[in-house]
Amino acid sequence: MIRAGIDIIASIAAGFYTTGRHLFVRPFTESYPEYKRPLPARSRARIILTRDPEGRERCVACYLCSGVCPVNCISMQAAEDSRGRRYAAWFRINFGRCIYCGLCEQACPTSAIQLTPDFEHIRRDLLDMVFEKQDLLVDHCGKDPDYDFYQHAGVVTGLAGKGDHISENAPVNTRTNMP
Amino acid sequence: MWFWLLGYLVLMAKITAVLTAVMVLAAYLVLVERKLLGRFQVRYGPNRAGIYGILQPVADGIKLLLKEDLMPEGADRAIFLAAPAVVAITALMMFAVVPFGPRLTIGGREIPMVITDINVGLLYVFALSSLGVYGVALGGWASNSKYALLGGIRGAAQMISYELALGLSIVPVVMLAGSFSLVDIVNAQAGLPFILVQPLAFGVFLISAMAETKRIPFDLPEAETELGAGYHTEYSGMRFGLFFLGEYVHMQVMGALVAVFFLGGWRGPVLPPPVWLLVKIVLVVLFMIWVRATLPRLRYDQLMNLGWKVLIPLALVNILITGAFMAA
Repeated sequence: MIRAGIDIIASIAAGFYTTGRHLFVRPFTESYPEYKRPLPARSRARIILTRDPEGRERCVACYLCSGVCPVNCISMQAAEDSRGRRYAAWFRINFGRCIYCGLCEQACPTSAIQLTPDFEHIRRDLLDMVFEKQDLLVDHCGKDPDYDFYQHAGVVTGLAGKGDHISENAPVNTRTNMP
Repeated sequence: MWFWLLGYLVLMAKITAVLTAVMVLAAYLVLVERKLLGRFQVRYGPNRAGIYGILQPVADGIKLLLKEDLMPEGADRAIFLAAPAVVAITALMMFAVVPFGPRLTIGGREIPMVITDINVGLLYVFALSSLGVYGVALGGWASNSKYALLGGIRGAAQMISYELALGLSIVPVVMLAGSFSLVDIVNAQAGLPFILVQPLAFGVFLISAMAETKRIPFDLPEAETELGAGYHTEYSGMRFGLFFLGEYVHMQVMGALVAVFFLGGWRGPVLPPPVWLLVKIVLVVLFMIWVRATLPRLRYDQLMNLGWKVLIPLALVNILITGAFMAA
């Protein structure tokens, strides 16, 4: 009975000691606007459209990002230039809907659409959250500095003919294979 | 006639001073509590409004005043509207008998440094304290909401278990002082504060006082993890603010009562008497905040056990021992 009472008092005192000690510990809190924690490069926030190392638009308007987007916030219109290269006539992301899941980035075959760590892009007006192509396009390669889709894809565009692409064999003359 | 008018003015001045001090202190106790709870949990607490969050009470007050005053459908209108006022008014009225200094002599006339020194001051305090529970129980009942009703019922049940211990724990103090008047009780501690003579009564009173103020670990009527917000779930705006104010004023009242009954009231060296009372009130309140940061909420049956099986017997034994010593 007395032992139990002593145990109870001791355990309560231990609790008070633990919380009391915290008064002399520096808080772990990071004060946000004053201190901004450097975020990893692969943090998922504001979406950009990157360019290839030569400075051309990477996006080929394949609609894969738009198709995979679970909230349907990406829309575009495909077009083709005089050299046979596809591009987006217009490209629109409604950030009011975007859930920053990063599926578009995973789906993109050309590394064009990428998420950046810049999460501070909130607007007072919902319509200002709709970003057009000129708002999304940046003049760097983002996280994939030396990938150029058209250097790998076997598509004749006027920039490169058949057999001119990286790790592509010269075209085979099918007639020479005949017996 | 002139003396009557003068006395009236002095009384009004005292009431104004006490009410202002209590209200301002209540507002800043909220800030102190939030800051301290933050530090107890190794975070900063509110620090955005002004330096160190010094303007937080102002911001909170403006917010509460500007919020919509909602009333649930099917609520008992009159009681719903009156309940917060009951809580706040009873808490504020308790300060009427707390002495904050010795008699002051100005121009040959004695001015008692207490709003009113009634000879049953202690009973008056306990009566008001019990009345305050009406605000909780009726507010919970009139809200027409399950959670609020449960909170109100718990409030009433808790009051019954703790009022007894609260009252009984003070009996030895009354026996030693020979008076129900708070002024006389402070005067009786001129030599030795009663905490040294009556440590057991002090412990029982402090625990019961925390239960009376409905604070963790006795916050069953609120119990935000179980009942939403308990009896004030359905309240918003300044009506919720009144409940809130009532709770913090109640904390101060209990601090003042602990100071008056056990810590010698306004007595102390060097500093002026009202400052000593303030210091003691704040010390008790700081202890209550520390308790809140440390202990978990008691279960309903644990609360009843503690009240009926531990505190009341302890208080009764204490009365017996004190009586035996006084008779010997």
